[in-house]
Amino acid sequence: MIAFVVRRLLQSIGVMLAVGLIAFSLFNYVGDPINNMVGQDTTLEQRQELRERLGLDDPFFVQYGRFLVNAVQGDFGISYRHRRPVADLITERVPATLELSFIAAVLALFIGVPMGVYTGLHRRGALSQVFLSVSLVGVSLPTFLIGILLILVFGVMSQDINAAVGFYLVPQLPTFGRGDTVQLGWWSTGFLTKSGLLALILPSITLALFQMTLIMRLVRSEMLEVLRTDYIKFARARGLTNRAVNFGHALKNTLVPVITITGLQLGSIIAFSLITEQVFQWPGMGLLFIQAINEVDIPVMASYLMMIGFFFVFINLVVDLLYYVVDPRLRADKAVSGGHQ
Amino acid sequence: MSRTGTNQPLLQVENLRVEIPGRRGTLVAVDDISFAIGEGEVLGVVGESGAGKSLTGAAVIGLLEPPCRIAGGQILFDSRRIDNLPYEKLRRIRGRHIGMVFQDPLTSLNPLYTVGRQLTETILTHSDLSEKGARKRALELLQEVGIPAAERRIDQYPHEFSGGMRQRVVIALALCASPRLIIADEPTTALDVSIQAQIITLLKRLCRDHGAAVMLVTHDMGVIAETADRVAVMYAGRIVEIGPVADVVLRARHPYTEGLMGSIPLVGHDVDRLTQIDGAMPRLNAIPAGCAFNPRCPKAFERCRQARPELETVEATEAACWLYEEAPERSGTDG
Ligand SMILES: Nc1ncnc2c1ncn2[C@@H]1O[C@H](COP(=O)(O)OP(=O)(O)OP(=O)(O)O)[C@@H](O)[C@H]1O
Ligand code: SF4
Ligand SMILES: [Mg+2]
Repeated sequence: MIAFVVRRLLQSIGVMLAVGLIAFSLFNYVGDPINNMVGQDTTLEQRQELRERLGLDDPFFVQYGRFLVNAVQGDFGISYRHRRPVADLITERVPATLELSFIAAVLALFIGVPMGVYTGLHRRGALSQVFLSVSLVGVSLPTFLIGILLILVFGVMSQDINAAVGFYLVPQLPTFGRGDTVQLGWWSTGFLTKSGLLALILPSITLALFQMTLIMRLVRSEMLEVLRTDYIKFARARGLTNRAVNFGHALKNTLVPVITITGLQLGSIIAFSLITEQVFQWPGMGLLFIQAINEVDIPVMASYLMMIGFFFVFINLVVDLLYYVVDPRLRADKAVSGGHQ
Repeated sequence: MSRTGTNQPLLQVENLRVEIPGRRGTLVAVDDISFAIGEGEVLGVVGESGAGKSLTGAAVIGLLEPPCRIAGGQILFDSRRIDNLPYEKLRRIRGRHIGMVFQDPLTSLNPLYTVGRQLTETILTHSDLSEKGARKRALELLQEVGIPAAERRIDQYPHEFSGGMRQRVVIALALCASPRLIIADEPTTALDVSIQAQIITLLKRLCRDHGAAVMLVTHDMGVIAETADRVAVMYAGRIVEIGPVADVVLRARHPYTEGLMGSIPLVGHDVDRLTQIDGAMPRLNAIPAGCAFNPRCPKAFERCRQARPELETVEATEAACWLYEEAPERSGTDG
């Protein structure tokens, strides 16, 4: 167990080093950093002096090492555009993205898993067919389109629709920004105000829809698979109740793949939130990143890459540890009791 | 269900028919078979792969998987009809009154739970023992099926047991609620040859101790000869011969049974089973007219290709073969 954790940690560090390398390369290969920093009227001498002061003439790996050492200490340099430490910019933006991603992930899991179980158990049921058809929409419509459609219905058209039908059918929901936030230390949360919560609804649905349908389809196919196994047949042959068989035995066996995919999906939720953030002008990291791309703000781009890489690596680590909790076969470090297999 | 004092057999299967609806028409996998198993009796069921043995067993315990379905006949357990019971009623019979042992012990146990948890769960489902009482019972069962160091093993996971040990656990699970009938579908086929005999002996002893009858499906004529009281021989979805084990093994009436018995390996000799019969059993969608065995039967004659023989009593056994037909002609044959 310990050996496993240590091995996975080392691998994670390796991955982060690689991500760091890519992020760092941005500085050198996407335009000239000095050009990005100075004005047009700076002389060549001044440029050279700045170059030396920033250590840009040092060998590549020395610079890379310095970048890493700084990054580990939370120093990602100064944004070209905002003229403020990138670390500060990110700390401001991270809560917005994480809160949105968290709600989206909760929605995706808590709706996706039950729907998957239901459609797996009632394969031919009418409701299952409805779920499956709807999920096809979720998988095939691009996120930004879903976002725009939601804005159209719940933002732009809701009053007209309500007027037309004569009662309050479609609620009017915020389609822009985070609403009011409350500061808890450095973390700004939208969970504690009404407008903050309302503002979460449309973006989180938009962000969750794709993952939700993916999780539903995954759980469904895993359930179908597991329900065919001998141990499920044997559980039924022993007269266990349907509930015990379906949830105690079948669902638990679908968990390993579901945890994997869900973990990876959580990473993509955070990464892909940039589209949703753009559509809803959600003041998160994604929006910051898009702006940074437009303005070739390399330090911000590099740190964003590092952050996303870090989230992925971290989630993967957690997923691997969860396997351990779920599946006893992985827990057996040493082969016990000379059996086969 | 209480034991009836009558001399009705424990299980009666009457004219059972199992169909598999498919895109290219409906296949009849078990075609009008009837047999009975008495209290405490061991019925061996033999026949080539695809003869319908497993489907018959699954039909009895109500676990046919769609699209397979019972299309006719009835199944009586303790003189009560069970083939048309609603799911919940049937569930209460499974495990409690009719148990089942599957072929592959490696896949029969849920890998995520300890064997103790799987045992206690089953015990608690069928009794009102306390959690603690159930665990005690589970421990006793493990000891009874010969798991060494059961106190330690009870908290281990299936993957920590060898194949033979797992099959012992499976047997313990099947016996948990002391069912009166056990359907054992090739319980040793997946095991090492060296432990097959142990498992069969164990199964036989336990069923005798618990007074359980057994429907023992196997390919192994040796096992049948040693274990069964009566034997049913299946071919292409039908029973072609059924009778006391000594008569069927030593004085086989049906040419197919004769072929099967000729393939019993002698001690010390390793003979492929069924080598005596040329050809293969017909597929379900191409069962020949008349006697289904006629293309392979060394004794086939004209009539065998025209009409299908029904089971007829031939001294101690019953066989479905025109060789033993005393009535000259039959009307309304279906072939
Ligand atoms: N779900 C299914 N769909 C289609 N055909 C099936 C299905 N289950 C069984 N069959 C067919 O029914 C026939 C009888 O199957 P069954 O499993 O009862 O055979 P068996 O006598 O147990 O054979 P074996 O010795 O190989 O276990 C076979 O021809 C098989 O192909
Ligand atoms: S009925 Fe004819 S073909 Fe069938 S087993 Fe008897 S002799 Fe052979
Ligand atoms: Mg079978």
